[in-house]
Amino acid sequence: MPDITLIEADGTEHGFEAPDGVSVMQAATGFGVPGILADCGGQASCGTCHVFVDPAWADRLPPPEPHERLVLETTAVPATPTSRLSCQIRLSPALQGLVLRLPDRQV
Amino acid sequence: MNTDIVIIGGGHAAAQLCASLVEAGLGRQVHLVCAEDPLPYQRPPLSKAFLKNPAEGLQAHRADAWYDTAGITVHRADAAVAIDRAARHVTLQSGAVLAYGQLVLATGTRARRLPQLPDKLANVAVLRNAADALHLRPRLAEAKSLTVLGGGFIGLEVAATARALGAAVQVLEVAPRLLGRSVSAELAAHVLATHRAAGIEVVLGAQLSDFEHDGQRLLALTVNGQRQAVDLMLLGIGAEPEVGLAQACGLTCGQGVMSGVVVDAAMRSSDPSILAIGDVTQFPVSPLWAPEGTQMRLESVQNANDQARTAALTLQGQHPVYAALPWFWSEQGAMRLQMAGLMPAPDSAGAIAATTRHRRSGATEASFSILHYVGERLLCVESVNAPMDHVMSRKLMEAGRHPSPALACDPAVALKSLL
Repeated sequence: MPDITLIEADGTEHGFEAPDGVSVMQAATGFGVPGILADCGGQASCGTCHVFVDPAWADRLPPPEPHERLVLETTAVPATPTSRLSCQIRLSPALQGLVLRLPDRQV
Repeated sequence: MNTDIVIIGGGHAAAQLCASLVEAGLGRQVHLVCAEDPLPYQRPPLSKAFLKNPAEGLQAHRADAWYDTAGITVHRADAAVAIDRAARHVTLQSGAVLAYGQLVLATGTRARRLPQLPDKLANVAVLRNAADALHLRPRLAEAKSLTVLGGGFIGLEVAATARALGAAVQVLEVAPRLLGRSVSAELAAHVLATHRAAGIEVVLGAQLSDFEHDGQRLLALTVNGQRQAVDLMLLGIGAEPEVGLAQACGLTCGQGVMSGVVVDAAMRSSDPSILAIGDVTQFPVSPLWAPEGTQMRLESVQNANDQARTAALTLQGQHPVYAALPWFWSEQGAMRLQMAGLMPAPDSAGAIAATTRHRRSGATEASFSILHYVGERLLCVESVNAPMDHVMSRKLMEAGRHPSPALACDPAVALKSLL
């Protein structure tokens, strides 16, 4: 049950305790964090759950699969080297304190 | 005047409408009536990750606490059984009566079954909702072989999942090709070859007869004259809109395969106090995407979400026009299919516009897009393992751009540069 923080583009912070085993996308949309659309329901298909991983965390997540890399090329706000699809980040106790920033739009 | 908004349904459309109404500050006026017990959840994983992994749970669109905080009253496992339009109230199975100012039907579809089989055979499954998936999952894990009836999206997604789990898989399609309702013949041929290469037996033009059951299990059937035993069968033979409530209260519904609740471009039914959204609607397709006057019923997440967003505006007294570009996707094993736009459908005289098709190659043989044109007009783009092509095709079509096939299929040209 890691505590994670999502920061909207305007600086609004959302901190909450997220269940283990689900994706960041699922946890965040479940709690009603605005700024994540996830039209495809977590299939790494739509590119509308784009997040920027805080630099301090960038190397501590498993790297994206090839397909996720392809979809990251399609995001509304261009991806950076620390960009991820939040549907592909699985929560675990190891992610206690994870900080993610949201782009200002997803489409 | 009653300002309560009652939403009947628990799928993607209902969930998105709740979200849009909460964003508009109307959460406290909303009653959500779900026939199922789980809160609205993501359905696409049910044929893939959820089916494959017994530890996988349902993914709720919004957590329990979100509904509480938003002030939405959720009625779970309590199906709506009647609508009284004169009194403006809905009666639920539990006997509860909900008065409404405006009512939204988001009742979706139900899986079609075979008329010659009883509904409750233990080894015959359909896949529409969580209960179906929970029924199928343990049986699939134990099955040595799976027979899939129907070569549509659901059937092929489950076939690929079952193959990945190690089962022998056979797909029986009565039509001469796969995916007849949803993709072009060219894409269907690629899908067929890919599934066959993965070891799935696909029988096209299958003639099926002599289904034999003992009241508990389906035992055998005859395929093209050959008798074969059945271990586990999935029926993937399409869905029918849940129009029972709408018909019973006299709302206008379509006929035959188009039997959805008829709505206008603002999602209003024939009763202006009642809207309908999602898979259950028969709606006017924007002339941007189909010939003027085309009516359609679409089973897709995009259509559910965008109709819900449109309905949220209507419920606030605005006059929106639903005109979103249709798009949909399917994941079958290692194939990610993404479709943008609509292939031409028969017009009122039954004629289908002639299309030309053009292939845009990707980095590998397994990655490409097929662009379909009517004359010089780009109508539909089907992408396989090419998400960038899909996203950029949507943007091109939404922007009304129709690049020439030579340009759009030049692999040296980024579609993005044609915007």
